Amino acid sequence: MLGSFAVLRKQSLLGDAISHAALPGIAIAFLITGAKDSNTLLIGALISGLVGTFWIRGIVLKTHLKSDTALGLILSLFFGFGMLLLTFIQKQPNANQAGLDKYLFGQAATLVESDVWLMAIIASICLVILLFFWKEFKILLFDADYTKTLGFNTKFIDILITSFIVLAIVLGLQTVGVVLMSAMLLAPAAAARQWTNSLSVMVFLAAIFGAFSGVFGTAISASQNNLSTGPVIVIVAGIFVLVSFIFSPSRGLLFKQIRFIKNRRDLELHKTLAFMFRIAETHENISHPHAIKILNNFQGYTKGTLKKLVDKHYVIINGNEWSLTNDGYRAASNLYNQQEKTND
Amino acid sequence: MTAIVQLRTSIINKKKPMTNAQIEIQLIASLVAIACAIPGTFLVLRKMAMISDAISHSILPGIVVGFFITQDLNSPLLILLAALTGIITVVMVEYIQKTGLVKEDTAIGLVFPTLFSIGVILIAKNANDVHLDVDAVLLGELAFAPFDRLIISGTDIGPKALYIIGTILIISIVLLIAFYKELKVSTFDAGLAASLGFSPAIMHYGLMSVSSITTVGAFDAVGAILVVALMIAPAATAYLLTTNLKRMLAYAIGFGIFAAISGYWLAHALDASIAGSITTMLGLIFFIIYLFAPSKGIVAILYREKQQRTEVSLLTFLLHLKNHSEERERHVNHLNEHINWQKVRSKTVLDLALKNNMVSIKNNIVSLTEKGNNFTSQAIDYIMTNEDSKIEHMKADFFLFRG
Repeated sequence: MLGSFAVLRKQSLLGDAISHAALPGIAIAFLITGAKDSNTLLIGALISGLVGTFWIRGIVLKTHLKSDTALGLILSLFFGFGMLLLTFIQKQPNANQAGLDKYLFGQAATLVESDVWLMAIIASICLVILLFFWKEFKILLFDADYTKTLGFNTKFIDILITSFIVLAIVLGLQTVGVVLMSAMLLAPAAAARQWTNSLSVMVFLAAIFGAFSGVFGTAISASQNNLSTGPVIVIVAGIFVLVSFIFSPSRGLLFKQIRFIKNRRDLELHKTLAFMFRIAETHENISHPHAIKILNNFQGYTKGTLKKLVDKHYVIINGNEWSLTNDGYRAASNLYNQQEKTND
Repeated sequence: MTAIVQLRTSIINKKKPMTNAQIEIQLIASLVAIACAIPGTFLVLRKMAMISDAISHSILPGIVVGFFITQDLNSPLLILLAALTGIITVVMVEYIQKTGLVKEDTAIGLVFPTLFSIGVILIAKNANDVHLDVDAVLLGELAFAPFDRLIISGTDIGPKALYIIGTILIISIVLLIAFYKELKVSTFDAGLAASLGFSPAIMHYGLMSVSSITTVGAFDAVGAILVVALMIAPAATAYLLTTNLKRMLAYAIGFGIFAAISGYWLAHALDASIAGSITTMLGLIFFIIYLFAPSKGIVAILYREKQQRTEVSLLTFLLHLKNHSEERERHVNHLNEHINWQKVRSKTVLDLALKNNMVSIKNNIVSLTEKGNNFTSQAIDYIMTNEDSKIEHMKADFFLFRG
């Protein structure tokens, strides 16, 4: 859901960066409290995710480094630091430490009921705030300057969206793990984007796609041994994206290709008709028959196009000869006129 | 994991003098750092830094498939297959991007997790019982590198990783020297490069292949994440310090080596992951440079902004004086409220103006001196015409204030 905003704000890889950046937060939270309480760990992850995000913004705004460099930098540096802390923790005489690395790859099966409730509560808070600030979010997304002139506090809205993205990512970490989180954020939104141009529909669709890939992924991984949930969910989401890319009615590759072929056919048809028209023009009687053979030196001619012209009653075929009908003559001359008009 | 940890402890805790293994680890780390810094510099300059992240993740299925074929984690075929997957990733990202359905970053974000998931599932389904571990792929373990010796006709001639990364390094250095000019032109001006007859596509895929091979060669020793860090961080740090390509390459290599060696000793001291501590060192270096770089660091930028604010205030002040000849408007106390500055700020500005002989104060009435008058006229001239040539000689004047 929030992924829609990330995709549209061209911050897709932010998800990847944040999910990596959350690791040192988890480690530090564990170091401080010494307990593996999932709430404190989440708060740690949240804080370090936010620190990472705002540092990225700082780098992009204040230096000439580009956003991709900033993202890659923060991602790898935070993650490396997190690894350092994790290995350091493993040395500590604390029996609790096992399982911290679960956060790396995630394990939906380890979730307990309270975690699910926490997620549900936070998800609904997100939803409420999203609805509440819908207008502001939307306008900021598409025209930031306009929003500023309208007197909205763009910085505040911006920070709000970013914080929610971070929150969503940190929550999702437990389920699918660090590496795959970015796909969970992006894939549903990217799939939804193909089906609609409206933001509200897109957010709605993204939520549905996300939920479906979650359910299907879990079902598939539960049905077999040795399949971890996260990767399966991601692959299901990836399939959603692929299907959307290919089959969406207006933007999909399949329909684009079909439209492309159809346009080419139309063009060939017009070419044949125009050629016939030019021959017919030289005769007084427009339906004077001509041999099909003379069309052969014309590239646009195929049996198919000729058949189509007959179907449209533009042409009559008589044995080896063709002749234009009145309809065909009119259509062809219109075609010609239109072309001339556009040429003018 | 515990076995790994214990093993590492036993290696790291060997007391001085520096053991052979320690030297070898540092040598490998430094070589990896150099090998990564070279393609990394170009990736950063070409705004493709995230591609390295994508490659480092998506080589996983290539490694897994290669492992099924060869049953040997160190065969060259494995590296080739993995590099091939890396290139496939790049091609896929570009194809998705070309369809125009999504933006480049979204394309990257979609491709690599999917490939990575395929890799993870392949491992989980088929290779559970063999030594092929997602942890090992992602995080790497430098401490083991010296144990994997290359043995030719019975003699031990050093760790395998050293030879693998050394070969890759030599290849990339040779390529760098051979195509330096072409790379430079195509990085900074793709259009010019194309019109000069260098194919941008060949350059692009060449660079991608080198990055891909380097990633694969290095991941074995240091893990995927560290590869990304070693590629991007030194280059980004160097980019903050210089705009000269050769110098940037040199700095990046220098930072890489420094981080590799100091990171190793940090790990030694903390008894933690070497890869993690090298990354931490890289982060520290970047943070320091980010704050204190001479012209592009945060401190320098903040200082400059403050300087500029004062300069603008001074200009406003002088303009105000020039516009008002009445004594009432030029009274010190009146200026305070008129321009609406806080006391401290107006005092700074007034002092600055006095120090530069721009104004003189008589009976609390401020008036412009001749120098101030001239200066203000010039400033107005500049503001009216907005021509850069007008401000050129004023820059020298402004410089006076700062001193």
